[in-house]
Amino acid sequence: MQKKDLSLLILIIVVGAVVAFINPRFLLVGNLSNTANQVGMFGVFSIAEAFVIITGGIELSVGSVIALLGVLFIDLIVNRGVNWMAASALIIAAGLVIGAVHGALVTKMRIQPFVVTLCGLLIYRGVARYYTEDATAGFGFGDSFPTLEWLTAGRTDVFGFPLPHTVVAIVVVAFVAWIVLHRSVFGRYLYAVGKNEEAARYSGISSDRVIVSSYIVCGGLTALAAILIAMYTRSISPAVHGSFYELYAIAAAVLGGCSLRGGEGSILGVVLGTILLQVLQNLVNLLGIPSSLNFAVMGTVILIGVLADQYLVQRRQRAATAKGRLQAGAIAGAPADRAPAE
Amino acid sequence: MTEPFLELVDISKIYPGVVALDHVSFSVSRGEVIGLVGENGAGKSTLMRVLGGVVEPSGGVIRIDGVERRSLTVADAIKAGIAFVHQELNLFDNLDVAGNVFIGREPLYAGPLKLVDRKRLHAQVRPLLERLAVDFEPDTPLAELSLAQRQLVEIIKALSLDARLVIMDEPTSSLTLTETDRLLRVIAGLKAEGVSVIFITHRLNEVKECADRAVVLRDGRTVGALGKAEITPAALIRLMIGRDLKSLYVPPAAPPGKNVLEIVEARTETYPDRAVSLSVRRGEILGLAGLVGSGRTELARAIFGVDPLRGGSIKLEGEPIRIPTPRAAIERGVYLVPEDRKRSGLLLDFSIAENISLPDLASYARARLVKPALEIENARRQRERLRIRTPDVATAAGALSGGNQQKVVLAKWLSMRPKVLIFDEPTRGIDVGAKQEIYDMLRRLADSGVAILMISSDMEEVIGVSDRIAVMHEGAISGFLDRSQFSEHNVLQLAVGHTV
Repeated sequence: MQKKDLSLLILIIVVGAVVAFINPRFLLVGNLSNTANQVGMFGVFSIAEAFVIITGGIELSVGSVIALLGVLFIDLIVNRGVNWMAASALIIAAGLVIGAVHGALVTKMRIQPFVVTLCGLLIYRGVARYYTEDATAGFGFGDSFPTLEWLTAGRTDVFGFPLPHTVVAIVVVAFVAWIVLHRSVFGRYLYAVGKNEEAARYSGISSDRVIVSSYIVCGGLTALAAILIAMYTRSISPAVHGSFYELYAIAAAVLGGCSLRGGEGSILGVVLGTILLQVLQNLVNLLGIPSSLNFAVMGTVILIGVLADQYLVQRRQRAATAKGRLQAGAIAGAPADRAPAE
Repeated sequence: MTEPFLELVDISKIYPGVVALDHVSFSVSRGEVIGLVGENGAGKSTLMRVLGGVVEPSGGVIRIDGVERRSLTVADAIKAGIAFVHQELNLFDNLDVAGNVFIGREPLYAGPLKLVDRKRLHAQVRPLLERLAVDFEPDTPLAELSLAQRQLVEIIKALSLDARLVIMDEPTSSLTLTETDRLLRVIAGLKAEGVSVIFITHRLNEVKECADRAVVLRDGRTVGALGKAEITPAALIRLMIGRDLKSLYVPPAAPPGKNVLEIVEARTETYPDRAVSLSVRRGEILGLAGLVGSGRTELARAIFGVDPLRGGSIKLEGEPIRIPTPRAAIERGVYLVPEDRKRSGLLLDFSIAENISLPDLASYARARLVKPALEIENARRQRERLRIRTPDVATAAGALSGGNQQKVVLAKWLSMRPKVLIFDEPTRGIDVGAKQEIYDMLRRLADSGVAILMISSDMEEVIGVSDRIAVMHEGAISGFLDRSQFSEHNVLQLAVGHTV
């Protein structure tokens, strides 16, 4: 566990303890189980976002994709009678395609990721609303998909704790993502491209392919999250479903140590970031803070966290350069100093 | 004309371990044009930075209008009327000509809003444009101007600041002949108005054409000043060279073998109308000399697949190959140690071991999962072999000194099977000890059968390390030299576009 992750964990425990002290209902099994369920759903698409952010990109269309794919999923299984397994496969395929298109626009057409995915945010939201004619998509009376519902929205009793299956999902996703990011060749490439695309290219890494892959992974995981969330809410108003979720994802990634400049961040950090955000959400509800202040509380905590982190990084850097100067001696710097322009 | 406006007396600049300027003295009179020449690294840029107030000299006196100073600040330089026309122009593409000339000094409408009075702005620029008889307007967007025209904008900017001395750093290096002629006429015009000019160039004929005096720098010293009548390219070259080169040369263990890398009529993006052909043999170190900007780095980038080749072909061991990406080059055993190791050679935040394994990561993985133990084992082996000075191969590459960083870049490629190694300025910014180690390594690699192409602007290095030298001038090969023909004089002749 990195230092950053550890301090985040401590922060979560401290905030949790304070909330529990002021309002012991925080620790009720029902409350914890519901919070865990939220963590499961939000965690999946936050990890999705992290893949893109680590390569130095950004994905703003997460919320709109969740709305569009959610609407399509429910439409497929409720109105079009598609088998839920086939429907899930289709939806995830759609997510992968969306990611591939974003990646291609970013790498082949050289459009900034912010712009590409901002357009995505607008387009998918619009299509979702048009598709349902702005009506709520949901399950009718008698619609029943017991296996699907059990898998996505069900809970299993573990020593008296109703463990939501979304938590199982996030544990599996996080584990696989951890292996991929922190252990695989591809993961190393993601960090290399995010840190310094030019040096990565000079080392023979096809940076375009790596970047496209990150958007594809992001699209696929977002689609998975879309299914989980659709099955949890059971009815989707396409105008508001999933809105601002991309910001939750970015916030969780940033809290988890990702730099928007790319090349940094860990899966554990992103999961912990998601947990912290959900605990804060819970805090607002339980401490009787007006729910309209929800975003303000979250924003303040993130800002404080990032400021503290920045302070620590700068202190570490100052210590490192002082040490570096001693090590390198002054000679190495001089010729480089006079090298340019002749 | 004779009253000295600027005098430099015994200016020195000592960096730890390097003497960049060694008691440089010369003076500039009102309306005098001085050609400043010298090889790469002779100290021209450092001297200009002293005059611009960017670098503080370690010793000596700067006298401006008779007032003595130990050093200048940027503000001093501007106040004294010293202006620069840089190689990389400091202009804004998104503004028009007038906006660029008066950037930061725009005439404003009265009132608290500080709105720019565009009419007055353009009116102020117009007389300056007329003074130089240029072919663009105050409201021409800068983006529409050619490089030569942009230089004129820089000169106009200098004039608008009442410059008394305009320093031009290789202003003609990317100009066409007609553009160069016009620039020389502009310089003559400035001279007629009493403005002095210091003109840094590698084109010796231009010095002869427009300078009243030529000052020659070598190894940070003024080695001579020629009056107008004495300036000839031959006389300049004689002054530019002539230091004792230490003989570093270690001959190869065996005579060179067959051609490994053959470049046939290659054209790069920078010089699409110049073709380069050269070949490097097995076991040979081919030095690629030339002045900065002669197209050597561009050639290396094109061979390595970083930039596309605009024409021509590449053969490896006799077989024609295509290298569209660095990946393709690496798969063929063609590797590049780039010029800018901090930007392109290394991931500074990655550890030494991670940097070394990066181009060949699959070999350190089982079932696509990286085995850090294998990376560390290899990194330790390379550390012993190349004598990388670090206790721990998990150290971030950025924490190492220049020489050790370069060894890490080299270790990347030595962990694989190099057929061709291209070095772009292999020892830039590296201390003397590490330099020698890298030279030894180059020879050992060549002896083990690798073909080496070494781009270098360091004369001592080119002559002391290469088995053969190719010299580039403005995007084309101006000649090849065998060891028997090696001399600073010959390399320099070819580098400035003359024949040997």
